[in-house]
Amino acid sequence: MASFKQVIGSAGLAAGLVLSALGAASARDLTVVSWGGNYQDAQRKIYFKPFAEKTGKPVLDESWDGGVGVVQAKVKAGVPNWDAVQVEADELAIGCADGIYEKIDWAKLGGKDKFLDSAVSDCGVGAIVWSTMLSYDSDKLKTAPTSWADFWDTKKFPGKRALRRGPKYALEFALMADGVAAKDVYATLRAAGGIDRAFKKLDEIKGDMIWWESGAQPLQLLKSGQVVMTSAYNGRITGINKTEGTKFKTVWPGSIYAVDSWVILKGSPNKDAAMDFIAFASLPENQSKLPQDIAYGLPNKAAAAAVPADLAADLPTSPANLSGAISIDIDFWNDNIEDLTKRFNAWLGK
Amino acid sequence: MTIARLKASLLVLPLIVFLGLFFIWPLWMMIATSVQGGTVRLAFPATAVAIAQWNGDGLPSPDVQAALIQDLRAEVVQEVFGDAVRSLNSQQAGFRTLLPRTMTALRNAGADATPKLERIDPRWSQPSFWLALKRGMPAYTDANLLAAVDLKRGDDGTIAHVAPDMAVNRAIMLRTFIIAAQVTLACAAIGLPFAMLAASLGGWKRNFLLLAVLLPLWTSLLVRTAAWMILLQDQGLINQILKALGLIDASLPLIYNRTGVLIAMTHVLLPFMVLPIYASLIAIPRNLMPAAAALGARPWQAFRHVLLPLAMPGLLSGSLLVFMVALGYYITPALTGGAGDQMISSVIAFYATGTANWGMAGALGLFLLVPTTLLYIVYGRLSRTPLGQA
Repeated sequence: MASFKQVIGSAGLAAGLVLSALGAASARDLTVVSWGGNYQDAQRKIYFKPFAEKTGKPVLDESWDGGVGVVQAKVKAGVPNWDAVQVEADELAIGCADGIYEKIDWAKLGGKDKFLDSAVSDCGVGAIVWSTMLSYDSDKLKTAPTSWADFWDTKKFPGKRALRRGPKYALEFALMADGVAAKDVYATLRAAGGIDRAFKKLDEIKGDMIWWESGAQPLQLLKSGQVVMTSAYNGRITGINKTEGTKFKTVWPGSIYAVDSWVILKGSPNKDAAMDFIAFASLPENQSKLPQDIAYGLPNKAAAAAVPADLAADLPTSPANLSGAISIDIDFWNDNIEDLTKRFNAWLGK
Repeated sequence: MTIARLKASLLVLPLIVFLGLFFIWPLWMMIATSVQGGTVRLAFPATAVAIAQWNGDGLPSPDVQAALIQDLRAEVVQEVFGDAVRSLNSQQAGFRTLLPRTMTALRNAGADATPKLERIDPRWSQPSFWLALKRGMPAYTDANLLAAVDLKRGDDGTIAHVAPDMAVNRAIMLRTFIIAAQVTLACAAIGLPFAMLAASLGGWKRNFLLLAVLLPLWTSLLVRTAAWMILLQDQGLINQILKALGLIDASLPLIYNRTGVLIAMTHVLLPFMVLPIYASLIAIPRNLMPAAAALGARPWQAFRHVLLPLAMPGLLSGSLLVFMVALGYYITPALTGGAGDQMISSVIAFYATGTANWGMAGALGLFLLVPTTLLYIVYGRLSRTPLGQA
């Protein structure tokens, strides 16, 4: 019977350990989640560490690769293990409609009118404005491409090209290359035959394409000369030019910009601290430091105004860069992403 | 006796709990999620009753519209509404914006107004949206299972093929099995001689060989892939060397196509082939090959009739292991492959993390699970076969 008691005893001990582990989890520190890489390094320097020093409590930071399913699963699991998360515009819209984010306390942020319209929502506060755009290596390409039509012109610019794998962005760029004005792209995609037209245009360069998956790949493809042109994220391009001395250039007309936002997951045990953190990261004096490290536009108007002119010229929000650029249409993609991904994959495999 | 039994079962209890919690329950959840409907009924209870009367021809009667307006005006838990929207949008693209827009318009119009749904959004005059609503009502659905194999319910309720430009899952599933088979063959072709060499050597040489084959397993995926890019790309090491030697003029396309996928996957899966073969070779008595030679067998005959049959259980288990693990790969093919090299796991990941459509992810997972389970049973049989009887 002694061994029986031992078994029961160790079972009790194990249960106690599990319970104390759960107890530790509920007293978790504020956990902030962003997109990793040199962007998160910059955020750590100007937001996470100063906020931890100010409040005297540690701030944990993690990175993720996006996907509304990820945050959905965390919220459905009960108490989420993330608090403040930086999400893309489509994840903001879907998650807000599905009720997986806490409502934002705009009074803590000084009011909605302090921010760009596109950065204001019930569930999120804009964190950055970023662009996806045509990029090339000016050391290798002597004639500069100026439009998506050039991207499609394999005679003038022989060699492989790269785009992100998936229908989002590829269809928009194809229509622009086919002569659709940037501002009419989404109206064309919504109209009958618009999607067919985009796929038909993609057919033209299908044999010259490499499809990238992660944001670091286009840089590597350009640097190695594997491709002559690619779509890429603007912050990464200025980043690699700074750190590795490359001479990558970007074409602003025809670029597509989007706003990433801070949200708080519903049921977060650190809801108030997360709200304070978001307010801290939205203060003009803090936010205006970001472009020194990475070229993303700032949603707080006062912060954007405080950026020195030479840095502001590289941002997606500068007026010169905005001309000919369009905002991603979240409604279109949230309605159609499943169907168009299916069709895109079928098209790829053909 | 009973206490002894109880004690014994208590000892294995943690194992049973572990298996149940982390293996059986998730699998069951995956299967259940793929056939469960009911979220639409939960969010639109009045519509569920009214639309059951509609035969699916043309547009439903004003009663159904009134019921939907009633449901959209009622207070619902936001997450229940969200689940319903997601499952409806998966069947008919457009619900994602249509339902919240209609709901907002109805609430702004006030409780007494009787607005027409078509006026709020013209999509309500399309029968396909109402049909999707009707089909979404039952508690169980075969929509995900059908969609996983490129089928759907036609307008008359019979099973039909999806449009050719939307049919993708069967092709990707087939491709997944072909890539897994190709990788298995490549691993067997390299793994068997490699294991024979390792088994014939001793001491540090053997350890070195085994370490070399295990190293890729312990290397981070991104580092490994980056290394392959440096080696295989057009201006990569291999192409540069071949050009310097004058063997080729133009770069060989070694990456961003099937070749790249096979090289990168074979590299990392090789240990799953080498180790089982090595284990069966090391158990073969050392005097068998000299005995075969003494009886007049030439080296090839000795290999063919003595060594290979004895190594066969290892080769078969290795092949099954490699094949099953390869079926689930997706980041490596996504990073080193071309347009036609996407595998089914990347589609599953798209539904699971990208659009939170866990029903579709579960259905596709099920179609991957069934062949894998069958193979696992075969593997179990083969690995139980005593050495020397194969």
